[in-house]
Amino acid sequence: MQTDFQTIATQAMQFIMPEGILTLFACAALVLDVMLPRDRKRFVAWVSLLGVGLAFASLWILYTSIVSKGTPRTAFFDMIVLDSYAVVFKSIFLIGAALSILLSIKYLEIEGEQRGEYYGLILFSVIGMMFMASSVDLLALFISLELMAVSVYILVGYFRRDKKSNEASMKYFLLGAFSSGVLLYGISMVYGLTGSTNLAKIAAALPIVASANFNPFGAAAPPDMRYLLLMSMILMAAGMFFKVAAVPFHMWAPDAYEGAPTSITAFMSVGVKAASFAMFGRLFLYGLPDLRGSLAGDPASGIPSLPGWALLLGIVSAITIVWGNLGALTQNNTKRLLAYSSISHAGYVLLGLIAGNQTGYTGFVIYLFIYTIMNLGVFGCIIALRRRGIVGDRMEDLNGLMKKAPGLTVMMTIFLLSLGGIPPTAGFIGKFYLFAGLIETGNPWLVRLAILAVLMSVVSLYYYIRFIRAMYIEGETEPQPVTLAPSLRVALVAAAILVIYIGVFPQRLIDLTQKAATSPGLKTYSYQQGATKPAEPATPPPARGMPGERDRQTATPPR
Amino acid sequence: MRISNCESRNSQSAIRNPQFVMVPLSWYLGLSALLFTIGAVGVFIKRNAITIFLCIELMLNAVNLTFVSLSGFFGDVGGQLFVFIVMTVAAAEAAVGLAIIISIFRNRESLNVDEVDTLKL
Repeated sequence: MQTDFQTIATQAMQFIMPEGILTLFACAALVLDVMLPRDRKRFVAWVSLLGVGLAFASLWILYTSIVSKGTPRTAFFDMIVLDSYAVVFKSIFLIGAALSILLSIKYLEIEGEQRGEYYGLILFSVIGMMFMASSVDLLALFISLELMAVSVYILVGYFRRDKKSNEASMKYFLLGAFSSGVLLYGISMVYGLTGSTNLAKIAAALPIVASANFNPFGAAAPPDMRYLLLMSMILMAAGMFFKVAAVPFHMWAPDAYEGAPTSITAFMSVGVKAASFAMFGRLFLYGLPDLRGSLAGDPASGIPSLPGWALLLGIVSAITIVWGNLGALTQNNTKRLLAYSSISHAGYVLLGLIAGNQTGYTGFVIYLFIYTIMNLGVFGCIIALRRRGIVGDRMEDLNGLMKKAPGLTVMMTIFLLSLGGIPPTAGFIGKFYLFAGLIETGNPWLVRLAILAVLMSVVSLYYYIRFIRAMYIEGETEPQPVTLAPSLRVALVAAAILVIYIGVFPQRLIDLTQKAATSPGLKTYSYQQGATKPAEPATPPPARGMPGERDRQTATPPR
Repeated sequence: MRISNCESRNSQSAIRNPQFVMVPLSWYLGLSALLFTIGAVGVFIKRNAITIFLCIELMLNAVNLTFVSLSGFFGDVGGQLFVFIVMTVAAAEAAVGLAIIISIFRNRESLNVDEVDTLKL
């Protein structure tokens, strides 16, 4: 045991240095909160910002000294892995946290709720997110998920006296805890089937468990264990769909996003979503790669082949994209509208997992990166509208903004066009990779899915342009001026510059994310040419390909 | 306790623990599936926030039962470790959840989730 301890003390600890620094600063934030007088609480924000900066620096050192050199390293008995997938996601969370803290400072002062524990909780949830990105054990994944979720439950209900905030918090908490239960039941079944909670061991055991004739106890009439395996996969997927707010598990999102403090809505819509997707990727790409395509049956003994998670994700993402975009069309509350828009963006990100090739995975990571920046930007602009006596979350509050604050309006326009995926902005690069990944597969149903996604992103432009119309064309209805606090201005300008910079010079980010998308352990899939021929559409696809055409027929949602 | 047995854990050669001859594994799993279903159904049909929360706890405990029985069956401590973590997380969730429910009650004097409807489509 001594040697194990020494290994942990000398080597493993440095792998979790960024998280360690954040833990220190989160505790410091809680302590400082008690020590500082009421009007000085703002200081805690700067301390936690410093913590995020130091964590980012140590992450960068880890990246240049270890990760970029070669093979990923594991630590803590294969519970934590340090690879480029983890590093890219961790940098997403840190950027998101830094921007969220900058957005919060002035907002909390206006609300009269400037307290240190707010920043402490943000840091704690970021620690959870960072461990979610680097855990390769179901146990570690679950703890880090809960660390993130419990912190965010509190943050959503942070305005204790506000009825809306309470209600949002309760809904988010009850549904979040429920989804954790569902996810856990799936995990327990996978543990029962494979005998391990380690994702690598699960992936290694899958070919045996997923085979049609799996019969561990030599029973005379063996039960088809594949159904159990699929059910546990579906339970895990359902838990994750809740966390990323994909239809049909999205009901909490509009309520939680509307009721939460706007700065927390911003943080949730990017941080929690990106972290849940990081975990989604770990679970499904590292843990359950063999469940992706159809599970081969045994025609000799009449055992049918079963569809895998690519079909499930395909259906869910198609419904999510359609439902999110249609739901956003009729909203008048901007936070609620952006909640629906973020539901549809979750659907887009899922496309990267479905494509299953290099381009798709790159799109998956790059889109989350870009989405974090542009969505925080939009929410920052909405926070800027919060003034004395005006909540600023109605569409009318945007009216005539061009005359009052031209700089803010231009930045808001950039973020909105980026969310819509218009070329000179970063959003286009992300969507390009996601759709290109699907089209590259050549599978006719995946190409149709890509077409549907493109059509729906045209629909999404309608409601993004509604914002722009209100800002530029409508006359102002509210005489109060809009002023930007310095911290908010820094965050917005940084985000706007990043969105434009990535849109024009995407190569650096693409190189970085491609490294994440080629992490060892991330399986890519190719489709045989036979599946693309329209002459024989009913040909059963290869073992890891998409399920048969007939399965997809019912799955495609009405256009 | 059975750390030495860890070596033998894998899906093909799951060893049979003698205690599972008396009560087969499937009974434990069936019971936990039943508990989980009761909890999940309760979440949907109950209207009191605390009762819903109790139903969620019931789901978590059903998962614990699954883990413990599988862990005993495999002779592997991994599942038991998971149970401790789940219990800890459930305690943390209870602390946060009850605080949230109390703040709801202070503002509204009601725990019925149907009356908590300020945010609507």
